[in-house]
Amino acid sequence: MSRLVFIAPLILFAVVAAYFAIGLTKNASILPSALIDKPVPTFDLPPLKDTKPGLATADLKDDVVLVNMFASWCVPCRAEHPLLMQLARDKIVPIIGLNWKDRKTDAIAWLDELGDPYARIGHDPSGRTGIDWGVYGVPETYLIDRDGRIRFKYVGPMFPETFAEKFLPLIKDLRK
Amino acid sequence: MNARLTVIIVMFSLLWAGDSPAVQPDERLSDPTLEARARELSKNIRCLVCQNQSIDDSDAELARDLRILVRERLTAGDSNQQIFDFLVTRYGDFVLLKPPMKASTYALWFGPLVVFVLALAGLFVFFYRRMQANAAQPDVVALTSKERARLSALLDDNEKDRP
Repeated sequence: MSRLVFIAPLILFAVVAAYFAIGLTKNASILPSALIDKPVPTFDLPPLKDTKPGLATADLKDDVVLVNMFASWCVPCRAEHPLLMQLARDKIVPIIGLNWKDRKTDAIAWLDELGDPYARIGHDPSGRTGIDWGVYGVPETYLIDRDGRIRFKYVGPMFPETFAEKFLPLIKDLRK
Repeated sequence: MNARLTVIIVMFSLLWAGDSPAVQPDERLSDPTLEARARELSKNIRCLVCQNQSIDDSDAELARDLRILVRERLTAGDSNQQIFDFLVTRYGDFVLLKPPMKASTYALWFGPLVVFVLALAGLFVFFYRRMQANAAQPDVVALTSKERARLSALLDDNEKDRP
């Protein structure tokens, strides 16, 4: 019993230290999606370009796809853009664009300048569809399975390493 | 007007300058009761961009969008709970500044109380044990007259030795 008196503070310290070690090293600004494993929200967006189809819930039911939220005013989107171009070129996974809170002309000019990796692009100038998806900033990238459910969400710009680490294994898994 | 009076008036007027919401005039509802409800709700909805501000406080664009959305739903007749639920299904519990009471948050709500009760129990055990230890010792016996005489002699000696 008397030994316990001396050990208890140590145990308490270890518990609190472990708690803070986990709590403080986690990036608190990145929110987990509330929609993981849930079907994509119901929406129907007009196309951004006349030459490419828009985007609606029904378009996300046949294949494992990435849905990438982007905007021309978003600097980190520019940083991840080369990766999207490469994924499209190598046909790794179809990429679908959701242009969030952006002006049509700006977005088209941006794609003309940097290239257009998207299979279809929905235009969401009001940002309401983005809110339905739980978007709180761009870029955000969602992985959708064959049943049209959201399986993974990545907040911030993707780079080749993050993509290989976080998305590729999941994509392989979902395609089985 | 003399300068001192001006200073006093300015100081006092600053007392009322504390509350400056981010709500823009064009967002406000014409119905004052609905607008008051919107303000109350907004104070408990987190701005997901700035994260430690409510949407009532924040100038972020998404906060503005959410303020307008809250007002639209209020006008459409939603209850407060329906509006919170609408946001929670999209952004998770994190969107609420006051965490809801449920199984996964019991530790958060009751943790401090548990620690407090444990501390009280610890204190009780500590003092109870000390009382028992004191009780186990033999009673203090009063000095006999002989001992008392010797003690005062010793104390007197001690006094004399001092410079």
